Amino acid sequence: MAKNSGKKSKGSFGVYMKRYWQLYAMLFLPLTYLLIFKYAPMIYVQIAFKKYSLVKSVWELPLAKNHGFEYFIQAFKNNDFKYALRNTLTLNLLDLVFGFPAPIIFALILNELCFVRFKKVVQTIAYMPHFLSWVIIYSLALQLLAPNDGLVNMVIKDLGAEAIPFLNDEAHWIGSYIGFGIWQNFGWGSIIYLAAIAGINPELYEAAAVDGAGRFRKIWHITLPGIKPTIVVLLIMSLGNILGGGFDRPFAFQNNLVMRVADVIATFVYRVGIKGLQFSLTTAVGLFQSVVGVFFLLMANFISRKLGERGIW
Amino acid sequence: MKIKSNADKAWDVVFVIVCLIVSAMCIIPMLNLLAKSLSGTDYLVRNQVYILPKGLNFNAYTTVLKDPKYIRAFVWTVFLTAVCTILSLTMTTLCAFPLIFENLKGRHAINVFITITMFFNAGTIPNYLLMQRLHLLSNPLVLIIPGVMSVYNMIIMRSFFYGIPDSLRESAEIDGATFFKILVLIYLPLSKPVMATLALFYAVGRWNGYSDALMYMRDDKFYTLQLLLYNIINNINQVEVATQEGFSAPGLSASLKAAIVMFSTVPILCIYPFLQKYFIHGVTLGAVKE
Repeated sequence: MAKNSGKKSKGSFGVYMKRYWQLYAMLFLPLTYLLIFKYAPMIYVQIAFKKYSLVKSVWELPLAKNHGFEYFIQAFKNNDFKYALRNTLTLNLLDLVFGFPAPIIFALILNELCFVRFKKVVQTIAYMPHFLSWVIIYSLALQLLAPNDGLVNMVIKDLGAEAIPFLNDEAHWIGSYIGFGIWQNFGWGSIIYLAAIAGINPELYEAAAVDGAGRFRKIWHITLPGIKPTIVVLLIMSLGNILGGGFDRPFAFQNNLVMRVADVIATFVYRVGIKGLQFSLTTAVGLFQSVVGVFFLLMANFISRKLGERGIW
Repeated sequence: MKIKSNADKAWDVVFVIVCLIVSAMCIIPMLNLLAKSLSGTDYLVRNQVYILPKGLNFNAYTTVLKDPKYIRAFVWTVFLTAVCTILSLTMTTLCAFPLIFENLKGRHAINVFITITMFFNAGTIPNYLLMQRLHLLSNPLVLIIPGVMSVYNMIIMRSFFYGIPDSLRESAEIDGATFFKILVLIYLPLSKPVMATLALFYAVGRWNGYSDALMYMRDDKFYTLQLLLYNIINNINQVEVATQEGFSAPGLSASLKAAIVMFSTVPILCIYPFLQKYFIHGVTLGAVKE
């Protein structure tokens, strides 16, 4: 708008506003919302570098020791945080290795089905878990996997084997956690790949059929290359989120017996910060997570561009 | 039509079987839950309930329906979900619509302002301190306002608006229609699919979310259904309505828990299949980059 400083353009600016003020009026509430609830909290990020006190405003707080980095040093000396960091990385990595391919494979299989009605029914059923909350999924997990009265363990015991402590033993818990993650997302995640497959030029398949390509050669040489851009974009986003992850899923699945492998950064921040009132320490942890997360995202995007793929921006 | 080889037919069968197994894995947990909620105590205690109810009865459901704490949470969450969905759709529309006009001055800056919030989040504690500063802690509004708009959903709606031909609004602009009129008379009537999709996303998000109630809500009058469910499953302040009916505790509490989970799940499971054709489109729109 700096260009419009001349007298004549000032007049045209008035004309412009007379017509366009309505659009700015519409934007007023949403932008105010973002300013207050997304930007204003950033003011409080500074307590990561300061000694928090309830009675002073954040601007007046004294700088923490070690040039303000005291709480970052404390965090990395804190065993619970080290476990949480390790678990966040491990669980996200396992989700990536096992959870990421699942929707792709499911989409490829659905695409091979010839009965349209059957395909529709399977899709509707497969989308269902996405609409369940993590609390409900955990209660389903309990109903299925509890050592005594869980369905799976009842069947295992009927077959004469020992009950498996799916949710109470560290290694088994990780398996159950990852498994239910796949269960929740494989159907929903496949939507985007099915859309990408639908966008592939059908002539390619006809040409391949003329050349004598079988079903799997078509998948390998046409379908997979056709959805590769989608796979890459989603992979970048998952890699960028390797230190992120929500709160609802791990918190719902945690129990005291498995905390050593189940505590992640989000739940650590809740427990030590909101419950334990160590605000500066947990803000430092959150800031570390955000900054490293943005860094990972930029890196993943950069690498994918170097490899000749589309980035996400 | 080309003739399929035997190997191809065999693979067709394999794929159908895989799909059947996958579908079963989605349905069996729900069937098991339903069976437990409807079964008699004796069968539950002796671990004899698999996926069909034994000793069919509705005691668990009638117990839940008589529990004021549960009914309260259910009604409150239904109300909350309705209010949040309407407000969220309004805010999202107000944000998405102006941004499709290319000659809107400052559009680029506004887009940058919005996009930054997708990449950098201040974090749990700064958000908590903000709620404290705004006196929203334990205020029922804290379950409505902080999540009132999702930038991701706004982008889906904007992509949908971009798909509506410019010529429609240009002719209206020539006729002198104001932007409010263009939005209400041209865009909204054409936007049923995206509105249905985002209404579903917002409603599911509010219905299923519990972390905001867990962190910001101290007053259990305003606990959402999912938070109540979390507490029940983890035996925190468990509802002790069961014992007075004279059932042995473990069996009934198993069927009671199952009935509560069913009640909390069914509303959404009844809605989503009807919106399937819309949300598939919505998810795909979200993936299109500008």
